[in-house]
Amino acid sequence: MSKNKNSESPFRIGDPPARPGENPIFNKWSYQPEDLKKLDPLNSTTKDSEPHAFGLLRVLNDNFEAKGEWDPELDADTLRLGLEHMMRLRIFDDRMMKMQRTGKLSFYMRSLGEEAIAIAQTMALEDQDWIFPSYRQPGAQFVRGRDMVSMICHCIGNELDNVKGRQMPVHYTYKEGRFISISSPVGTQFSQAVGVAMASSYKGVDEVTITWLGDGTSAQGDYHYGLNFASAFKPPIILNVVNNQWAISTHKNLATGGVNFASRGLSYDIPCFRVDGNDFLALYSITKWAATRARAGLGPTHIEIYTYRAGAHSSSDDPSRYRPENEAEHWPGGDPVERLKMHLIKIGEWDEKRDSELKEKIDSEVMSAYKEAVKYGDLANGPFPPSSTIFTDVYEDVPWHIQEQREELGK
Amino acid sequence: MVEMNMIQALNSALDIQLKNDDSVIIFGEDVGFFGGVFRVTDTLQQKYGKHRVFDSPLAEGGIAATAFGMGINGLRPVVEIQFADYIFPAYDQIVNEIAKIRYRSGGEFSTPITFRTPAGGGIKGGNHHSQSPEAQFTHTPGIKVVYCSTPNNAKGLLTAAIESNDPVIFFEPKRCYRGPFYGDPHNVPTWKGHPKAEVPEDYYKIELEKAEIVQEGTECTVIAWGAMVHVAEEGIKESGISCELIDLQTLLPFDKETLVKSVNKTGRCVIVHEAPKTSGFGAELSASIQENCFYSLESPIIRVTGWDTPFPHSTEWDYLPNPERIATAIKKTQEE
Repeated sequence: MSKNKNSESPFRIGDPPARPGENPIFNKWSYQPEDLKKLDPLNSTTKDSEPHAFGLLRVLNDNFEAKGEWDPELDADTLRLGLEHMMRLRIFDDRMMKMQRTGKLSFYMRSLGEEAIAIAQTMALEDQDWIFPSYRQPGAQFVRGRDMVSMICHCIGNELDNVKGRQMPVHYTYKEGRFISISSPVGTQFSQAVGVAMASSYKGVDEVTITWLGDGTSAQGDYHYGLNFASAFKPPIILNVVNNQWAISTHKNLATGGVNFASRGLSYDIPCFRVDGNDFLALYSITKWAATRARAGLGPTHIEIYTYRAGAHSSSDDPSRYRPENEAEHWPGGDPVERLKMHLIKIGEWDEKRDSELKEKIDSEVMSAYKEAVKYGDLANGPFPPSSTIFTDVYEDVPWHIQEQREELGK
Repeated sequence: MVEMNMIQALNSALDIQLKNDDSVIIFGEDVGFFGGVFRVTDTLQQKYGKHRVFDSPLAEGGIAATAFGMGINGLRPVVEIQFADYIFPAYDQIVNEIAKIRYRSGGEFSTPITFRTPAGGGIKGGNHHSQSPEAQFTHTPGIKVVYCSTPNNAKGLLTAAIESNDPVIFFEPKRCYRGPFYGDPHNVPTWKGHPKAEVPEDYYKIELEKAEIVQEGTECTVIAWGAMVHVAEEGIKESGISCELIDLQTLLPFDKETLVKSVNKTGRCVIVHEAPKTSGFGAELSASIQENCFYSLESPIIRVTGWDTPFPHSTEWDYLPNPERIATAIKKTQEE
């Protein structure tokens, strides 16, 4: 058997830049907000977006200034609201993780480092637009006004859990906010979202659908079904790949042989963008652009959100076993919450005092929400939803065989 | 009443649903302009327009997923999976997503999809144009599984499936599209003159979850669905024994009451299906019947099924249950 002389290994294995004990290697970004031209959402081709697919769309520069043609020029109130939602999500996550660690939740997943994504993008949409999230976009619910008590009750699975104790924590459903039920099998929402958008077009209603999946999940068939159906039918949809570098322990270099996720959409004739996922303003701007296009009947936009999963995959994961512990600190995109805060300070619309006051306010809001939520049951003692809920909502009506089994349980 | 074959009956059900309900849309591979490889959607695009009846890319997983989304957003999609053998790329979407969305969302969301899919053997389709995978779906809470057998129940059951607010897998025995099939490949009649080819021309619905007693009898209950209903009918004739033939029609949830009543009366039971025996739906029925009719049973329940092998091509007539095997089984139930 002859050996491939050019390689020590029979096939490629995509290694991450560094492993535990090694120094994190991230090149400093050369991308600047002035790099990329603003495109006309109503009059641009897929080809026009090529530089945007291979570049990196940024608005906030390294000095926290909003620069370039993609600056959405948001007023200070909107920026402060964005900051507040992001701070709320981070504090909420911290509190919930502590609950998990002390045995008060069975499981939890934080959005650490990725708070800007769902929050900026949902803020750039209208209330009637549909949200098809993966598990790291819970922040959209704050934008849509969901009561935190209800979210905690779901995570505990107590008697007020709106999904009746049937799903693991963080698998939220919030129909009132058009936030679809999160599913554990990764990527299934991506192609489903295309169907939602097609239904909106069919009915002639002004609705845009947004969906997300991760760099790891982009290996799934559902990602490619979604892109291809979106390409074929051109419904009003925004298709996001959150490239946070890691899928549990699988680095993005193993997820694909390509280095760029954004440009995959080019071959489907879908305009493509790669955006700084820790830049609230850039996320807001590109989402507004994509939504404008979608509302005008011009079809899908594909976005790679370039970011870093600063926390563990979930409460069951220990990333120090597969990546350097301080890798997040070296991420060139920095911290999304800090960057928006510094920008607001820079433009004279925020200060440290207001920041710590807000933190305190949110912290007590989260604590009182938690105290309120456990009144409806905690993980150790309940009360949980009645066991009769095991048997309902399987079908619209309870069929005989399920009714028999319910009677057998006797509750 | 008008005489129709099964294709015309299915087409008629779809036509009326498209006419009566703007939220009904049809899509799948080749179902649009061409009208489907078996012609079930023939002329519907021309009649209702390109956005009501359209061709999709060749991706069953994508078809199921987009149907999920449409159902969530107020539509009532009726999709065709060209052959039941090709439904498996959609399996995750059906089993994990479509079947579970009502449950996992606490009843906030649901998606009323009908999957129409031609199934079963008898057309020399080999491994991958012949399977009857109903048991792969009857093990999934949250979906309903329906199997038609005649033009008359094809129209009535399809109407009920589309109007159901639960997702339905609707199997069509492709061997019976143009005529009943009595198990003899050399004698293939059309539906002409068959009483079940008489189909109401207007809106027509048969309730789901109800079996039909095709013929009454006293000595043995024979349960079948799809093409096997007709093969069983022939097997009963060959046996010369008075049998009660039950067409199950809906497999999940199945009509236990009708089965139990019949087996309590006859004391004997033969179950016929073309899918493999092990973990086939006959196993479920057999277990359920012995749980409910044990003291009425005079002899063991017998299953006559396809073999536990992949579906063959040139030897399919020895794979499918035939009248002879069914007659033998019926006679065996009569032994002391």
